[in-house]
Amino acid sequence: MTSRNGEVRVKVQDLHKLFPISRGLFRAPTDFVHAVDGVDFEIKAGRSLGLVGESGCGKTTTGRMLVKLDDATEGTILIRDSESGEMLDVTEIRSKTEQRDFRRNVQMIFQDPYESMNPRRTIFDTVSEPLAVQNIGTTEEREARVVDLLRLVGLTPPEPFLFRYPHELSGGQRQRVAIARALVMEPTFVVADEPTSMLDVSIRISIMRLMLELAEKLGVTYLYITHDLAVARYMCDRIAVMYLGKIVEIAPTEELLTNPMHPYTRALLSAVPVPDPTYQRPVVEIEGGVARAINPAPECRFIARCPFATDTCRTEPHPGLDDRGNEHHVACHMVGPDGSWNGAERAVLSLRS
Amino acid sequence: MTDSRMDTAEGDFGGVTSTAERPILEVKNLVMNYELKGGGMVSAVEGVSFNVPKGKSLGLVGESGCGKTSVALTLMQLAADNARVLGGEVVLDGDDLLKLDREQMRRRRWTDVSMVFQGAMNSWNPVYTVGEQIRETMDIHWSPKPTTAQARAKIVELFNLVGINPEMIDRYPHEFSGGMKQRAVIAMALACDPKLIIADEPTTALDVIVQEQILQELKKIQHGLGMSIIYISHDIAVIAEITDLLGVMYAGKIVEIGSTAEVFARPRHPYTWLILSSTPSITGPRRALAPLVGEPPNLLDPPTGCRFHPRCPFATQICVQEEPTLMEISDGHSIACWNHEQVPLTLKVDA
Repeated sequence: MTSRNGEVRVKVQDLHKLFPISRGLFRAPTDFVHAVDGVDFEIKAGRSLGLVGESGCGKTTTGRMLVKLDDATEGTILIRDSESGEMLDVTEIRSKTEQRDFRRNVQMIFQDPYESMNPRRTIFDTVSEPLAVQNIGTTEEREARVVDLLRLVGLTPPEPFLFRYPHELSGGQRQRVAIARALVMEPTFVVADEPTSMLDVSIRISIMRLMLELAEKLGVTYLYITHDLAVARYMCDRIAVMYLGKIVEIAPTEELLTNPMHPYTRALLSAVPVPDPTYQRPVVEIEGGVARAINPAPECRFIARCPFATDTCRTEPHPGLDDRGNEHHVACHMVGPDGSWNGAERAVLSLRS
Repeated sequence: MTDSRMDTAEGDFGGVTSTAERPILEVKNLVMNYELKGGGMVSAVEGVSFNVPKGKSLGLVGESGCGKTSVALTLMQLAADNARVLGGEVVLDGDDLLKLDREQMRRRRWTDVSMVFQGAMNSWNPVYTVGEQIRETMDIHWSPKPTTAQARAKIVELFNLVGINPEMIDRYPHEFSGGMKQRAVIAMALACDPKLIIADEPTTALDVIVQEQILQELKKIQHGLGMSIIYISHDIAVIAEITDLLGVMYAGKIVEIGSTAEVFARPRHPYTWLILSSTPSITGPRRALAPLVGEPPNLLDPPTGCRFHPRCPFATQICVQEEPTLMEISDGHSIACWNHEQVPLTLKVDA
């Protein structure tokens, strides 16, 4: 498992996922939810990309397609194979053997440590299951491997945990087991879907630190899905903001936080609670919650909630995710090629006096 | 509305000290245990005291199982059947609620004190309109019962107050979005003009933009109507935004209490200091986050002395042996810690 720096490990191109809306048993669906609607990004080896957005924006669906829990409707997902070093297209995987090889390389950590584990299986069974599926090692070797991993994720001493059941563990301990299970195959790429959002703050930090340490030690590449920008700030090198199936802005983490360009990103940032009673909050100027993207119009997805929408926005198709310098890509008609704001008064967003 | 976090943060409405005006709610030395079937008592709330001054908001913050919701349920006398109140007083506007019988307490709920539960937006009955369900509460608790015209007028007023289009009054819950349903719950909590609202994780399941809008509405209601509100949350960032006073709970006890501004500026209890040091933020320098080692204690058999001592970096012999009580260290700012002088004045930055 070598991780050459700067090498692209994951490349997603024009990814789509449509969910049909059922009209009944014998009628073909005519309406589709465009859960993921033309998403492109890449992640370099050993780096992590944060996928941020409100519920229903398509971030989890994107993650599930990357680990092939859902099939893409359209588009390509290239993930570098750890053995051959080739970029393999996940959407082309058909046979069981290909699927099995793929799972050695790519794993997922789920949000809820209470539901992602079989309550009737011991910790040893849970963590060693991928080894059993892949027919790797004898029982003794698997046990040694599981002990190593439990130690790695901070469940020490590991031996007493081996034959316990999930209900005997706290939420934080379970999430450590889930991480151990994801890492047992030494994957090069891990999709983490809100791995800390169910955990209390003190436990959350130790899981976040554990994942960062493992990235450092094992060179794991992460796609980190979260609704929490403050968490993304600590976990990710770059952040992509999704809105109704589209990435509307993607930039290096601190660049995105200090210089958000898309009106949605700005609204999202201004709404994040800040643990400081003296913080002066910028005005949140957008309304309402996210709708579902059922047969969306070709125009900008954000138009219904955007306070700056002009005639251009209403007539032109959804803007492309263009580079505005500093690796900062934004999909907004009102942002100039150099990142300047061409829309109405930005003063609306200035700090409250 | 202008941001009022700065100006409300000042003043002398301290945590446990008395103020010129009598607080709307005084909780004194509340002790509540859960009795287990096999014997044994879970020490869920242990000697909790705080005051909520009129028109102010108090936050109770802490991790799961620290007793913050148990405090709220005890105040409302809605705790589970195996809850045993072993002592204390809950004085709401002069009356001790713990001395009321079931029927008397039932009449006080909604009219004197109402509660917005966590996930309350999912508790609407799907076969009645939201207006009908709010009306039902008013029919039970208003005396005399409101006429149809009165009830509608009141609900329209409430909907305007919480930011719902009054035309939604005859709509069913499924026609409301999650944020709208939660706003409607807040409207219902206000329907009988209570003196106090208890909001338990009122925005936890909501997206950040909707959460921010609802917090702003609640703040507006507090200031506009002079409402007193107790907020319960695990999210210290939310608490920072909306409360005037803050009580930090750990293992059934309040370990630090004071004005929110003061507690954030000068956390003196090691637990508060560690929690604040380990809260990620989008503002300020990106600090290395300090983890809090260990797990919360088992309240069936709480640790001796200070309940935080097994996880405390400053613990000494006395912490194991003797239980610290809340003591005031500056105006209205109290902590329960033997070694608070060891707690650094700046947040922990670990290398």
